[in-house]
Amino acid sequence: MASRHRKAEVAVVGAGPAGVAAALQVARQGRSVTLADEREGLGGQIWRNAARRGPARARRWLERLDSSRVDCAWEASVVSADLDARTLLLEDASGGKTVEFERLILATGARELFLPFPGWTLPGVVGVGALQAMIKSGARFDGQSILIAGSGPLLLPVAALAARAGAKLVQVCEQAPFNEVAWFAWSLWQHPAKALAAVNYRRRFLTTRYRAGTWIESVRAAEEDDRLEAILTDGNSRKHVVCDVVATSCGLVPASELGLLLGCAADAGGALRVDQYLRTSTEGVFAAGEVTGVGGADLAMVEGRIAGAAAVNGKPRAGWLRRRARLRRFATEMNRAFRPRPELTERVDDDTLVCRCEDIPWVAVDPQAGPRQTKLLTRCGMGLCQGRTCMPALKVLCGWQELPVIRPPIQPTLVSSFLTTPPDRSTQARE
Amino acid sequence: MTREIEITVDGKPVASREGDSVAAALWNAGQRRLKTSVSGEPRGWLCAMGSCYECLLLIDGRPRRACVTPCSAGMMVSRIDLPAVD
Repeated sequence: MASRHRKAEVAVVGAGPAGVAAALQVARQGRSVTLADEREGLGGQIWRNAARRGPARARRWLERLDSSRVDCAWEASVVSADLDARTLLLEDASGGKTVEFERLILATGARELFLPFPGWTLPGVVGVGALQAMIKSGARFDGQSILIAGSGPLLLPVAALAARAGAKLVQVCEQAPFNEVAWFAWSLWQHPAKALAAVNYRRRFLTTRYRAGTWIESVRAAEEDDRLEAILTDGNSRKHVVCDVVATSCGLVPASELGLLLGCAADAGGALRVDQYLRTSTEGVFAAGEVTGVGGADLAMVEGRIAGAAAVNGKPRAGWLRRRARLRRFATEMNRAFRPRPELTERVDDDTLVCRCEDIPWVAVDPQAGPRQTKLLTRCGMGLCQGRTCMPALKVLCGWQELPVIRPPIQPTLVSSFLTTPPDRSTQARE
Repeated sequence: MTREIEITVDGKPVASREGDSVAAALWNAGQRRLKTSVSGEPRGWLCAMGSCYECLLLIDGRPRRACVTPCSAGMMVSRIDLPAVD
C-alpha cells in the first residue's frame, strides 16, 4: 500500500528486531499497524540486507512480515511527530507522508559512540559496527589490513566477518580492562548459547591477537598513500601499527531523538525510561529494543512483543516479562563491564575536531556550558547530523548531566515535506 | 545472484553490483575520499548507517547518504564539494 496518508491503530518506528517483533505482535492480535523504517526492508543494523545476506532467523522474520497484514512504509524517515494530532510526519523519495496512530512504538535502535582522538576524521578511520555494515552492503576488504579497536562483544562478530571477507586483521583491541573481560567471559556459563557463539567467532580469527586493556591513542596518515598509522596503548607502553583501515568506536548509545522530541523521560545515557509494559513517560508512546537500553537482538525481540501486546491493551505473557528481566540483567552487567574507560576521554588535543559537520575543535568548547549553550556558542550539533555524532561524545567529554533539546525536523528535510499534513486537517485549516 | 552493473561517479564509470550501497561501490573502486569538510579536510564514510552524514553525495539529482543508498544501473553520482569556509 503506497499512500501518502495512512492511519493505523499502532505506528511502529524502526524495523530492526524490536520493531518487527512489535508490528507482528500487533498484527497477530488483529489490529492495524504501520511499520516505518529509513531503509528498504527489515533488519535494522544487526540484520543489514536481511533479504540478500541475512541470517536464517532474519529471513524467517522477513517471510512472516511479508505474509502478515503489517503495512510497511520503507525508506521513510521520521521528520517530526505531533502528539496532540497523533500523527507522524515522514519523508521518503516522493516527499512528505503522514501516519495517524492511536499508539506509537519507538524501536529506533542505537548507534556507535565515537570519542574523538587525533586523526579520527581521516578517511579509513571508521566504526566497528560500520565495518560490519559496509561488508554486508557489498564493500570488499580482501587483502586489506584492518586494526579493530573497540568495546564489547560486538568486536567478535565483526572481526570474524572481516576475517571471512579476506581482510588481514592486524589486531583486535578491547578497551575494557582484562579483569572485566575475564569476569564477563566467565559469567557466560549462565548463557551457554552466547558462550558458544563467542568461541565460534573467535575461532574465525584465531591467528589474530586479541588484547584487552588496549586502545587507540591517535592515528595519522602514513607515508604510504592512503594508509594509516595508529598508536596503540595499554596505558604503559605504545605500539605503532600501519594499516589500511582503523575500525574503532566506544560501544553503542541509544538513538532516542524521536522519544526525546515527544517528551519521553530518559536516563543519563539517553535510553528512554519504560515501565514493565514498555510504556514511556509520554502517554500512548511505547519503546522497545536498544532505545530503552543497549542489550542485543534477543532482548529487542522480546521487548518488541511486550510493547506490541501492551499497545493494543493486550496482556504481555508472564514468560516474556521474565525473559526480558533476565536479558536486561545480562545487558546491564555487559554494559557495566565494557563501559568506556576514562583514558578514552583524555585523547583529545586542542585542535582535535569534536564536531565533524561544522569542524569545531575541542579548544572551542567550554565543558561547563551544557549542551544547549555549547550548540549556540560553538555550532556543535548545527550540522547535517544534528548532533547525532558529536553530542553523545561531548556528553562524555564534558560530563553533562542534561540531554540536548530536540526540535523538529529531526532529519534534514525538504520544506514541502515538512509542511505536509493529512487531508482532513488541511481542509479544516482552510475553513 | 546479484547483477553486475555500472554507475557513473563524477562523470566516470564505476563498476558495482545491484543492491550494494553507493559507498561500498566507491570503496571497492579505491575511492576513499567522499567529501571535503568545511575546513578543507578529506573525509570518508564513518558510521555506515546513515547517522553521521559524512557520505552525503548527489545521487540522481538528490543529496543522499551513500552508505544507505543501494546502487542501481545507470545511477548518476557526484561529490558535493562546496567551497571551504574561512
